[in-house]
Amino acid sequence: MALPQLTDEKIKVKTEEHSSLKGTLASVFLLGFFLIFTWVGVYFLFLDRL
Amino acid sequence: MHMHKFEKIWLFFGIGSLFVFLTVIGVSAFAQGNQPPSCLTTIDPEKVDQTPPFNKPGLVKTGDNEYQLNIVASAFAYTPSQIEIPKGAKVTINVTTKDVIHGFEMVGTNVNMMVEPGYVNSFTKTFNEVGEFTILCNEYCGAGHHLMTAKVKVVDKQ
Amino acid sequence: MNETMKVDRRDAKLAMAHIYVAFVALALGGLAGLLQVLVRSGKFTLPANISYYTILTTHGVLLGLVLTTFFIIGFQFAAMSRTAGTLSNKVRTTGWLGFWLMTIGTAMTAFFILIGEASVLFTFYAPLQAHPGFYLGLTLVVVGSWISGFAMFAHYAKWKKANPGKTSPLLTFMSVTNMILWLVCTLGVAATVLIQLLPWSLGLVERINVLVSRTLFWYFGHPLVYFWLLPAYMVWYVVIPKIIGGKIFSDSLARLSFILFLLFSIPVGFHHQLVEPGIDPAWKYLQVVLTFMVVIPSLMTAFSMFATFEMYGRSKGATGLFGWLRKLPWGDARFFAPFVGMLFFIPAGAGGLVNASHQLNQVVHNTIWVTGHFHLTLATTVVLTFFGAAYWLIPHLTGRVMTKTMNRLAIVQTVVWAIGMCFMSGSMHFAGLLGAPRRSAFSTYGNSPQALEWIPYQIAQAIGGTILFIGIILVLVIVTNLAFFAPKGETEFPVGEVAETAERTPFVFENWKLWIGITVVLILIAYTIPFIDMIQNAPPGSKGYKLW
Repeated sequence: MALPQLTDEKIKVKTEEHSSLKGTLASVFLLGFFLIFTWVGVYFLFLDRL
Repeated sequence: MHMHKFEKIWLFFGIGSLFVFLTVIGVSAFAQGNQPPSCLTTIDPEKVDQTPPFNKPGLVKTGDNEYQLNIVASAFAYTPSQIEIPKGAKVTINVTTKDVIHGFEMVGTNVNMMVEPGYVNSFTKTFNEVGEFTILCNEYCGAGHHLMTAKVKVVDKQ
Repeated sequence: MNETMKVDRRDAKLAMAHIYVAFVALALGGLAGLLQVLVRSGKFTLPANISYYTILTTHGVLLGLVLTTFFIIGFQFAAMSRTAGTLSNKVRTTGWLGFWLMTIGTAMTAFFILIGEASVLFTFYAPLQAHPGFYLGLTLVVVGSWISGFAMFAHYAKWKKANPGKTSPLLTFMSVTNMILWLVCTLGVAATVLIQLLPWSLGLVERINVLVSRTLFWYFGHPLVYFWLLPAYMVWYVVIPKIIGGKIFSDSLARLSFILFLLFSIPVGFHHQLVEPGIDPAWKYLQVVLTFMVVIPSLMTAFSMFATFEMYGRSKGATGLFGWLRKLPWGDARFFAPFVGMLFFIPAGAGGLVNASHQLNQVVHNTIWVTGHFHLTLATTVVLTFFGAAYWLIPHLTGRVMTKTMNRLAIVQTVVWAIGMCFMSGSMHFAGLLGAPRRSAFSTYGNSPQALEWIPYQIAQAIGGTILFIGIILVLVIVTNLAFFAPKGETEFPVGEVAETAERTPFVFENWKLWIGITVVLILIAYTIPFIDMIQNAPPGSKGYKLW
């Protein structure tokens, strides 16, 4: 739910942790690999049917 | 404009992949001749029956192992509807329509092209293995659209 | 901030009128969809000689054109009223005019479809010829949407005038971008309907140029899907951060991605015509390249979304690579439904890349793979996001609150939808790779062994489609509750704020002359020469056919 940010929690978080986006990078790369996997799969189907 | 370092990495990778895809299909199309069916020949759709080669639809031998397969589509049939192709034949399939748009698809192959009134569409395929293929219409053409079909048999040469 | 927090009651009525029509379309179109999957399973035939293709046309028009356009325009009026201030009386009246034109047009189109005079599917390819009333009805829908679009532009211009030198509110900017996209692309469909189809169906001209008509249709047909998608992106970029309690990752990147959509979503229609005669393959390839450019803003969006979630999770003390996922409000349907929509956009995007890839298109063109694809993009990603938006938008507009029970039902609805779609769209994709055609009633093609292989997939589609229909009933229950029965109260219209770390938005994004100029140049580059070719080398035109 849209809870207002609790100030005491906010202070505890180190700034470095706060701006880390390594999970985002990992997520988008997983997404990217899925796109490549699908595309290559159908491309091979095309080659197989040539 | 500022971008996070990871976003730059992601976009570099993502856009890079897009260009790899484009290069693969571009080389395949322009260097290896795998262009999608894009025939530019026109025809009078009301005079298909009088216009060669569609006045005598069917398989025609044109070279050593080369054939032309001329097919007329109309609601809701392909002419001819039973086709025999000798194994190993390199067949140029030419299709046109007498009425509305049809979708010429040979199931399980890369032969998949739009057939539009006024145009001939064309695709060349070599049939290396014996077997049977279903041809169907994959563009809605009316009440009997799903009944529009033909059959190709690839047979050993006598 | 000169933002009003609440949508004015009079504006709320206008928005709700659109939303009612959208959900009535969902009910009827959904019923048509259920009948289709049942017919295609081969176990069921339609009673009383109803044609499969009449049902299919109804489904496509109601869900592809009516549900989407009405919901989007209603949502955008509400969003602009919320972020750029209450609409002026003039703007609101214009909005009502647009609404009534669209509604009359829809009724007219639906009438001619249902009496069997327009079983031409929602793409209405010539030379199949529908009743002139069908084309006229569609024209009214489009013209109505234009009038609403101009009302939105006027509202935006008024805000700009009152706030010189300020960056416009993000939701307003996004709504304006989407309406510009809509205006530019509907010019194509308006041209083919008004110049070609309508005079031809009225018998004023005898023949029609089929390829030109199709090309004009697809000039419109692809940006159409972005017109559906961009409001979903508005919710993702602006509303979701607020709902989870986080911040907008970057205002500038959000605007940049919308501008890229405007530039690149139009000159790409040939990727629907890749296996078409009469178009030189080099021009097809150029549009394939441009199509791939329109993937870039979606790549950016994916990053922004994950970043919003991760930044929020970490601000709540999450650790590890994926610990932030646990901090997200999974029990809140306003978040959960759009989030599931986002997840489904991953396979949807993958399928889209395949469809647009020159030769790969030959494998899937006009197979049921394509149907599976847009049931992920439109019928899951976009629709679940719209449902998620309806869960706060409707109570906000009607002065009610969503109860816990309804929220729980909405979570169930989302899960039901996801399961149904996995069955239906998944089996459509696989059957498509095996060659099963789209837009076809049940057929074994003379007991062809290849066609018999598809039947298990068609049964899976029927199971999935039935589950989805249950999902439609659930969402209708929720929407009816929120509109008429939920307890009175105040519901927030969530609008996110930009993260403190994000930098100021450059003004260049609102240089519309520049962006529309580039859009026009790209369209001219992509279309001029092939279009002239089509007209110069045109075959004799076609007479109309009514083959249903």
